[in-house]
Amino acid sequence: MDVNQYMDMFIDESKEHLQHMNDILLVLEKNPEDEKELNELFRIAHTIKGMSGTMGFNHVLNLTHQMENVMDLVRNHKLKVTGDVVDLLFDCLDQLEQYIIKIENDQSEGENVSNDLIQELQLLTKNKASTDDIGVAEEKKIDVGLIISQDITNSKSIEVDEFVAGMIKKAIDKEYNIYNLKIILNAKCMLKSARAYIIFSTLEKMAEIIHANPSIEDIEDEKFDDSFELIVITKKNKEDIMTEMNTISEIDDIIYTEMTDENIVFQQDDQENATDEIKITDGNENVLEKVKSDEDSPKRSKTGKTVRVDIDRLDNLMNLVSELIIIKTRLEDAHQMTQQKSISDTTEQLERITTSLHDAVMKVRMVPIERVFNRFPRMVRDLSKDLGKDIHLQMSGEDTEVDRTVIDEIGDPLIHLIRNAIDHGIEDRETRIRNHKDQEGTLNLIAYPDGNSVVIEVQDDGKGIDIEKVKIKALDKGLLSEAQSQLIEDKEVIQFLFHPGFSTADKVSDLSGRGVGLDVVKTKIETLGGIVEVESQPMKGTRFIIRLPLTLAIIQALLVHVGDEKYAIPLNNIREITTIQEENIRKVQGKEVVLFRQTTLPILRLADLLSVEGLHERESDEEFTVVIINHGDKTFGLVVDALIGQQEVVIKSLGRYLATIKGIAGATILGNGTVALIVDTNSFL
Amino acid sequence: MSQLDQKQNSTIDQYVIFRLQEESYGVSIHYVEIIEKVSVITRVPNAAPYIMGVINLRGEIVPVVNLRQMFDLEEASITDESRIIILSVDDIIIGLMTDSSSEVLTIPQQDIENSSGVLSDVEISAIKGIGKVGERMIMMLDIHKILGFKNQESTERSFEH
Repeated sequence: MDVNQYMDMFIDESKEHLQHMNDILLVLEKNPEDEKELNELFRIAHTIKGMSGTMGFNHVLNLTHQMENVMDLVRNHKLKVTGDVVDLLFDCLDQLEQYIIKIENDQSEGENVSNDLIQELQLLTKNKASTDDIGVAEEKKIDVGLIISQDITNSKSIEVDEFVAGMIKKAIDKEYNIYNLKIILNAKCMLKSARAYIIFSTLEKMAEIIHANPSIEDIEDEKFDDSFELIVITKKNKEDIMTEMNTISEIDDIIYTEMTDENIVFQQDDQENATDEIKITDGNENVLEKVKSDEDSPKRSKTGKTVRVDIDRLDNLMNLVSELIIIKTRLEDAHQMTQQKSISDTTEQLERITTSLHDAVMKVRMVPIERVFNRFPRMVRDLSKDLGKDIHLQMSGEDTEVDRTVIDEIGDPLIHLIRNAIDHGIEDRETRIRNHKDQEGTLNLIAYPDGNSVVIEVQDDGKGIDIEKVKIKALDKGLLSEAQSQLIEDKEVIQFLFHPGFSTADKVSDLSGRGVGLDVVKTKIETLGGIVEVESQPMKGTRFIIRLPLTLAIIQALLVHVGDEKYAIPLNNIREITTIQEENIRKVQGKEVVLFRQTTLPILRLADLLSVEGLHERESDEEFTVVIINHGDKTFGLVVDALIGQQEVVIKSLGRYLATIKGIAGATILGNGTVALIVDTNSFL
Repeated sequence: MSQLDQKQNSTIDQYVIFRLQEESYGVSIHYVEIIEKVSVITRVPNAAPYIMGVINLRGEIVPVVNLRQMFDLEEASITDESRIIILSVDDIIIGLMTDSSSEVLTIPQQDIENSSGVLSDVEISAIKGIGKVGERMIMMLDIHKILGFKNQESTERSFEH
């Protein structure tokens, strides 16, 4: 079989599964009892094993097989999820990732480097009996044997775990009906799992399925013969259920067993918990609620299910839209000339179509920022472990959508900011206690849409930026003079952090503090058309605010005349447009400024910046049209010859040959088919 | 891959011929995408002097190189005959402004001589040889040089003696 055509799919899906595995391990580390996650973990390992086997990647197969063995023990409560187990599984995960990357690059998994891990995993499976001495802090897992006795002679035992047993007890207390259903499917039934699915969904309308044998996963995978058993809790009676179930075809028989107080005997396998009756009931309150809330929010299963679209196809679609927009603009021009109603109708309709097409395409390109965020929990975990700091990462707004291009580019800057916060921002345990702070530092990662932009905040509750230290450093580096340092505002001092080669860290660590950081972050964000701001309070913490445009491909722009040429200025950088008198322009240190609204506004002439020739001579009392540009907290006026108007423009790159031209961010095509350049106002700062 | 080899083999000796200042130049057809009439060219500020500007080629922005500037020839105005030859080299698309272009010639490798002696310094670096077709002399462009690439193979070839 030629498997190469499935290679991309294999790599994509493996990556998705590994990410998912990573998420689950993080959950399990905090909450080792989470049954649902354990099962999911097992399922993922199993899937990867199957996929890699099909593709002929034996090292991956062997490793996942051993992982599966360990997880199976865990799942069956024969092994406890201790810190060591999680660490080992994380190591395996990293190794799997290495293999997948290797496969992606070389189409082969390379040398077998996972023998050590496999041995450790095997050790774990062999020593399962002696693992009791590990993980003292872990909650004890109890196997509960459930015996339903219909009469003295015919009693059967169902093994359920603590959760289910708890739920049954609870349900009995609340006078729900509990049934054990043995469903026997017709031997000729073709799609057993689909049939089972119908049964589940029918039952779920009136009851809650709390236990299945074999497990629901196995049933869905058709890993059962002709029958399976379910335990359901319901308010309905047996007859109601029977009527409903009888509507489903291909069921040979259903054996109903009512479980009541009288016929259930709880039996505990675990001797050491034999006297622990009260503890179980106590725990049950939470368990029942927890299980409930899990079912209320089936969020986990929804994530990661994405439609993969070839980026080339998207770009093509994007081009079509841009053509449409061009035609729209052309029609708008024609409309002004002819004034016919039919044309205006057409234009309106075309405008509607293009707007919705634009939206539709944009949505296809939009990806939840989760894709970037989901690697951070692991990173924060590893870093805080390395540094011996207690750090709690709180993320919100993971479903905020941003353009695909942004997703690919924003990861590194964010990693840098997070490392900075962990390394420099949040203090170590002792310092925090001394300063009467929570021993555990908090790192907030927040994303939210705000008008036409997306805001990402990285917030820590650490020691904040030491303004004095930055000042001294700036003096050292000659960025600031003694006199200036007395007057300068804190806000401006912080800006020095974004200078190339600037670092206030006393000691250089592996993580950050090499002084090659924040300037790179700033540059990267700015190339994406965004801005970075910093807010910092001593002892309270630091907040980095990244503001990015929602889409990179189509923007609103102001078209202006400079000499005979037309230029587009992105609207999101424009604060306002005004006129000023030539005579009001003053020269300060050789630079032109004007007093505007009680502040000094630097004035730049676009014609000079872009060396436009053929300007007509100006008279001294002439008025200038000034476009006031705002970048973060910097403002300046840009003198243009005339305004043409606001327009939606499609940003096109100048191509690789003209990669970077100072002052120009790109180009766009106007209604008449000519090219207008987009001014990069950022480069004039 | 084999398809591309085949294409290269059958077209390797074919050159698109264009004229600049009464001289004929040739560029391997392998790189030529299309030959366009001159449309509106938008000047790009702060770009190299030999960049005339950019044009809109069916939705793509394509920079146009002024070969006259590059070869130190007299500036000439654009006429009805003027053509922009659109080249695609290693994913880079550029246009060459020429006085005219209307033929494709097959010039076998053995009819191309190296170009020392007759050409100016600027030209030498961009011309990799002179092709002879009957009485005509055709200067063969080294595209990688025009794009400012340090292409090992073409460097060797243009300085071979």
